[in-house]
Amino acid sequence: MEHLLTVNRLQTAFRTDQGEVISIDDVSFRLKAGETLGIVGESGCGKSVTSLSIMRLLGAKGRISRGEIIFEDKSLGKLTEAQMRDIRGNDISMIFQEPMTSLNPVFTIGHQMIEAIRLHMSLDKKAARAYAIEMLKRVGIPRPEVMVDEYPHALSGGMRQRVMIAMALSCEPRLLIADEPTTALDVTIQAQILELMKKLKQESGTAIMLITHDLGVIAEMADKVIVMYAGQVVEETDVFTLFDEPKHPYTQGLMQSIPHIDAEHGERLASIPGSVPSLQNMPAGCRFRARCPHAMEKCEAELPPLIPAGKNHLTRCWLAVQPASMAKEAAYG
Amino acid sequence: MAMLQMSTNKAAGSGGGDGQLAETAVKSSHKEESYAGMVVRRFKKHKLAVAGLVIMTLLSLGAIMAPWIVPHDPYQVTEAFEAEPSAEHLLGTDQVGRDVLSRLIYAARVSLMVGLGSVLISVTIGTVLGLVSGYFGGLVDMAVMRVTDIFMSFPQLMLILVVVSVVGPSLTNVILILGFLGWTGAARLVRGSVLSIKQMDYVKAGVALGLGTPRILFKHILPNALAPILVNATFGIAGAIVSEASLSFLGLGVQPPTASWGNMLTDAQSLTVLTSQPWLWLPPGIMIVVSVLSVNFIGDGLRDAMDPKSLK
Repeated sequence: MEHLLTVNRLQTAFRTDQGEVISIDDVSFRLKAGETLGIVGESGCGKSVTSLSIMRLLGAKGRISRGEIIFEDKSLGKLTEAQMRDIRGNDISMIFQEPMTSLNPVFTIGHQMIEAIRLHMSLDKKAARAYAIEMLKRVGIPRPEVMVDEYPHALSGGMRQRVMIAMALSCEPRLLIADEPTTALDVTIQAQILELMKKLKQESGTAIMLITHDLGVIAEMADKVIVMYAGQVVEETDVFTLFDEPKHPYTQGLMQSIPHIDAEHGERLASIPGSVPSLQNMPAGCRFRARCPHAMEKCEAELPPLIPAGKNHLTRCWLAVQPASMAKEAAYG
Repeated sequence: MAMLQMSTNKAAGSGGGDGQLAETAVKSSHKEESYAGMVVRRFKKHKLAVAGLVIMTLLSLGAIMAPWIVPHDPYQVTEAFEAEPSAEHLLGTDQVGRDVLSRLIYAARVSLMVGLGSVLISVTIGTVLGLVSGYFGGLVDMAVMRVTDIFMSFPQLMLILVVVSVVGPSLTNVILILGFLGWTGAARLVRGSVLSIKQMDYVKAGVALGLGTPRILFKHILPNALAPILVNATFGIAGAIVSEASLSFLGLGVQPPTASWGNMLTDAQSLTVLTSQPWLWLPPGIMIVVSVLSVNFIGDGLRDAMDPKSLK
């Protein structure tokens, strides 16, 4: 099956006072129609920059310095701003982290939805309004024909996120980028929103790129997962393999830091010592080296590439090489 | 609370079709008043602002209906010059025998026209420049703000005097000059608001939805910056009224025989008028003070009412 989105060795840089800083480096992944790709990682690891690069919303200071992003058969980096505007909201939509501030406070939600709908679909005002109400109904807003004329402040966070989803999905995008869609919501609402996104995905076949730092959300939603650390992909695999046998020490650390219900009384949760290196002085070699319990000499000298560690499983760690070579030795012996 | 969440959950699951569940969910998000309603309610609490609004409304009505309410023709020279206030001339007459009350009412037209006209010009210029400057940033911002700085560093009154002496004093010229010189404050104010508003998620969401830049700038950012612009405009009106009065007092504003509060005060330059004919200068002086105070109070009231941060 043809891939909907191919990101190939993407590097994004930002101009700062200290010169150009590379935010994400060598990020590659593919996404098929109807698939959900989870991107996990801690704050500042480049999850959001990856999504903003795809939308070409990096602002005046950021630019894609290497690599390419192919959506359907278009290279997004080469499109003009007008062509890109046509894609945004129409073929690729985005949901943001903060539903409380993602809606313009001075307009009714209907006004905002109708604006977006009419921008990309040739509907008259009345039809667009009817469609907006229909969309609100689909995302589970009670009494949509009344709520359509409400201002955002009259809605709770969960309701607003539903409106954002309705807006993002109204033009039936091929790809939905959800940048931490549930982080700002409390857990019960979080479950509802995830459930809703799943349902809508099944109905419309939209591919979802789900950005989160919550492994629970990943387990719930994703088909494929990429784990990012310090601007690089460190592990890429399907969701089951990720939880069953994480290969990269960083992913293993993340797994150990999830609280478990069957933990011993008084047992302390594991954490990964140290912190992410700053973008300005990224160490040579493996970027996780300083925090890694298995760091070797080789890690200091050379940045590991993404090494196959099984079927559909890639990891950026020299450890993944060893079993293969040991297996080879065993075979020779 | 748990019940409520469960019910909304169920409503979501069934696509919000269940009427009863939907009913409870809506009741829980109690009807909040609109923004305009809140502004009006809060403005009403500000007694001085309400008083100011009443006075300004009366003044405006008087100015609009001046031809029908004045007791005499304001330009009609009569023999009764320098007459003291009487039943015939409620506020007396001036040196050439024109009715002071009639002139006072006509002068309100000048002041209000200068106030509104020049502020309209200056706020429009300031808003557009501020929007562009704040939104695009970088070199554009640099250029616009340096021009603003240059305009701000001119000694305003002297500049006005020079320009007036070049283009000639008239009502239109006064409006244009005050308008084209007074935009700096609005530009800075709008730029500041835009800088913070453009960081808001709803602006980013708008871009992500594929909206064009002018649309985002004028239809999404501008309405959110409207409150400070409006407050700034009211204070601008007060400033323009005072500026016009000063210019006219100096003989560089509205030219006689057209009446303006400022040129009516010119008479007070003579010591005899100042000491023995207070009806000539007291009424225009009071009108200036009262109108400027009223406009300022309205501005204060608006600021308090529109500021989302102040307490309800």
